[in-house]
Amino acid sequence: MEHDDSKGAVKAYEPSSGLAVSIDDPVQNPGLPPHHPRITDVDPKAAKRAERTIYTLFYVSVAASLWAVAAYMLFPIEDMEFISIRRNNLFIGLGIALALLAIGIGAIHWSKTLMSDKEYVEERHTTRGSDETRAAVVESFRTANEESGFGRRKMIRNSLFAALVASIIPGITLFRGLAPHDAENSPVDLLKQTMWKKGEYLTRDPSGTRIRASDVTLGSAFHVIPESLAGMPHEEGMLNEKAKAMVLMVRMRPEQLIEREERKDWSYDGIVAYSKVCTHVGCPVALYEQHTHHLLCPCHQSQFDVTDEAKVIFGPASRPLPQLPIAVDDEGYLIAQSDFTEPVGPSFWEIH
Amino acid sequence: MTGGIYAGASAAVAATDEPAPVAASAEHGEKLFQANCATCHGMSLEGTSAGPSLNGVGALAVEFQVSTGRMPMQMQGPQADQKPVQFTNEQIQAMAAYVDSVAPGPGYPADRVLDGQGDVAHGAELFRINCAMCHNVAAAGGALTEGKFAPDIMDTSALNIYAAMVTGPQNMPVFNDMNLTEDDKRDIISALLYQQEMESPGGFTLGSLGPVSEGLFIWIFGIGGLIAVAVWITAKSN
Repeated sequence: MEHDDSKGAVKAYEPSSGLAVSIDDPVQNPGLPPHHPRITDVDPKAAKRAERTIYTLFYVSVAASLWAVAAYMLFPIEDMEFISIRRNNLFIGLGIALALLAIGIGAIHWSKTLMSDKEYVEERHTTRGSDETRAAVVESFRTANEESGFGRRKMIRNSLFAALVASIIPGITLFRGLAPHDAENSPVDLLKQTMWKKGEYLTRDPSGTRIRASDVTLGSAFHVIPESLAGMPHEEGMLNEKAKAMVLMVRMRPEQLIEREERKDWSYDGIVAYSKVCTHVGCPVALYEQHTHHLLCPCHQSQFDVTDEAKVIFGPASRPLPQLPIAVDDEGYLIAQSDFTEPVGPSFWEIH
Repeated sequence: MTGGIYAGASAAVAATDEPAPVAASAEHGEKLFQANCATCHGMSLEGTSAGPSLNGVGALAVEFQVSTGRMPMQMQGPQADQKPVQFTNEQIQAMAAYVDSVAPGPGYPADRVLDGQGDVAHGAELFRINCAMCHNVAAAGGALTEGKFAPDIMDTSALNIYAAMVTGPQNMPVFNDMNLTEDDKRDIISALLYQQEMESPGGFTLGSLGPVSEGLFIWIFGIGGLIAVAVWITAKSN
């Protein structure tokens, strides 16, 4: 490129006026190494051999392609057995892989052994246009401006700008209508609520059967969903709701629990229920150790201490798992006292 | 370890040589318990500073711990590892009978629960909800905190799968019959037995450990192969 760079470089090699010694270019262009002919250039037998190798490879490729088609018919997945799937994938895959690989290896071998390997030097050309071309472009813009009157007729020009800007406004209005407006469905509010509400029964995942407090024995772990989730069809967003509402419930001796005074009634006789969604990036935290009472998140190794309000004791999570306040109804079934009192799942702008 | 293998082997040899009908009697079990377990668990199962009390343990926990080689424990550590089994089935049942007579707890299940004829699809769903987070969705096991781990269940017997759910060995939570019913447990066991026998449709499983082993494989062999091909393409032919 013929820009400032090369000029600067040339300047740097000029001898300084204060010195009598001239400075040579420190990096001499070594030029091309001498050309050595290959075996295939001098020995016609070797050239013949290389040619044979190359067309054999290409014919192998043809055969492999045909084999892939044959394998598709010879190894169908019709009996739905795992071994048929395996054979089908394996033999079709081998055919296609060999077909493409043989073309590639043949082409490279051709270029390396038989095609000309003489070295050539191609000088780079400048990217800057000639002065005449540049002047012609400037001139054509000037003429266009003059003949159209774009710069002169300011009224027309400005009204065109206004029209162009205004033409975007209908689009913005229409697309804005697609965004949720009502408070109930706004994305931010959806983050802050789950299906849990006062009196919602805690039920087993996935059957949706209610759980008595007496079922939850010491050392056991229950995977819990709200009762109204169990009958919800997939089309109504069951998985989205489950992803927010899933809960892990465990029991320990009441004296093992460390609870704040105002949260004492959130547990029931040593039974505690915590959101199963990690507060780091939302993986399900369910690796519960019944002796240490630690909950481990498998994604990034955050650890929560279930005895101590699911406080973070290790890892990248920055806030404790939200606790679901629970109680029992008249028949001894576990119910929720309310929704979670804070958003579940990963931290976002207001919650961290 | 060697001692363990030797003890196990000699016990096995002894068992095959003379089919002495050692009844699974609590009396015989008591002697075995006093000789092999009482050092840590106490002469009357009350526990010592080296091992927990066995109150409420029952026969099934003894069966699980001893028949997987976890007990007698080799040394204290984050958790008891599986190692060669030290006792014959008769001896294990005798100890189980003894412990159950002193400290009753969960016992052996009906044969039906272990027959592997349950609903495999339902069992697999329950496994994914209750077990897969620790034991891996392909039952290949996984790491827990501070050196503990959930072992793989790729060759665990139906009885031991059942025993683990009922007794909650070490840090595994208990899954009692109010949480997973007998039928649920039968389904889970059936699903695991099905998975143990199933051939992998994708060829090499690379341990079924997911992205770590698969990524390591493709980085070493895939990228390595690409480098080799790049070297070959750019090398000058002579």
